[in-house]
Amino acid sequence: TTIMAVEFDGGVVIGADSRTTTGSYIANRVTDKLTPIHDLIFCCRSGSAADTQAIADAVAYQLGFHSIELDELPLVQTAANLFKDMCYKYREELMAGIIVAGWDKRKGGQVYTVPMGGMMVRQPFSIGGSGSTYIYGYVDSSYKPGMTKEQCLDFTANALALAMDRDGSSGGVIRLAAVSEKGVERSIISGHQLPKFQSS
Amino acid sequence: MLQNSRNPGCTSPEVKTGTTIMAVEFDGGVVIGSDSRVSAGEAICNRVMNKLSPLHDRIYCALSGSAADAQAIADSVNYQLELHSIETGDAPLVRAAASIVKNISYKYKEELSAHLIVAGWDRKKKGQVYATLGGMIIRQPFSVGGSGSIYVYGYVDAAYKEGMSKDECLAFVTNAITLAIGRDGSSGGVVYLTTITEKGTEHSIIPGNKLPVFHDE
Repeated sequence: TTIMAVEFDGGVVIGADSRTTTGSYIANRVTDKLTPIHDLIFCCRSGSAADTQAIADAVAYQLGFHSIELDELPLVQTAANLFKDMCYKYREELMAGIIVAGWDKRKGGQVYTVPMGGMMVRQPFSIGGSGSTYIYGYVDSSYKPGMTKEQCLDFTANALALAMDRDGSSGGVIRLAAVSEKGVERSIISGHQLPKFQSS
Repeated sequence: MLQNSRNPGCTSPEVKTGTTIMAVEFDGGVVIGSDSRVSAGEAICNRVMNKLSPLHDRIYCALSGSAADAQAIADSVNYQLELHSIETGDAPLVRAAASIVKNISYKYKEELSAHLIVAGWDRKKKGQVYATLGGMIIRQPFSVGGSGSIYVYGYVDAAYKEGMSKDECLAFVTNAITLAIGRDGSSGGVVYLTTITEKGTEHSIIPGNKLPVFHDE
């Protein structure tokens, strides 16, 4: 798996590959690893599919309830803390690396990473999953603060494509989503449209 | 990729050149580069080691993995190559050097834990880079190796262009090694660069404070 999220002024861009493997068999080649937790809050899932689905369902329930009590859209930080609480409490039993990203009216676009072990930290952008090791150098060199939404989409698509080329556990299509005050725009990049590089 | 093998009776962990090494071909020669960190467990036992080792006048290799194994292989290849070159009466081919490295790496692959990238210039095929990981031999336009290399596969795949000039290659290698040093705890120190062409070899060192700076620093 390779997952990624980037903040921009006004929202976030999130992206993921679409491969789920059991050993060397690709159980699902069109997986959707970008899971809505609330209207404007998503999570990118990596690690055990079962664990992350169970955690996301639990957090979505808790956040939905909290939002009704508050009578307001929930904060991204709240969602991230709920993930962190669960991932830290059950850290010995779980294998889950999650990136929480979304928009709220208090702090705008935010990305929080909750890696295995259960720490939580906000970052301008975050990468995760087995394929992420191969693109640390690329994202460190390419990221610039203050990118527009379109630049973030290109940055994410390029990084995911590079990771998918090197990591056997990542592949398929690139799923992208842009989350802002206006709502969620989902898109998909597959086949010939995948970014190409000279070295391939 | 790096295992910590513990010797009963020896109190310190094995010395490793947990590393980032890289070599690129250009029209007229090659650029080969490395970081300078040698670690024994958590301690850095040499922060300025030059991991670029000469095998012959215009053939160099970059060392990674176990420091002892890598140096032993390089010394053995240096000797065999010198003998070969005297017997043929001519400068050895880069492929010959890479083949000798490959032969040792393959024959003793269970015992050794080192990976050498061989790069150089010869009259026949000009600049060449050979990877010998695991005991195979493959020529590549560029090759990266060592524990830090996994973090820059994406970067080198994106940044590599065919037909780069010598200076572009130097910048490419410097950037890639710098990015790897930023993420790999086993790589660090200075960046050593060597350019090999028909005219000979040029060496340079880039100290830590002169390395390129990226967004989060």
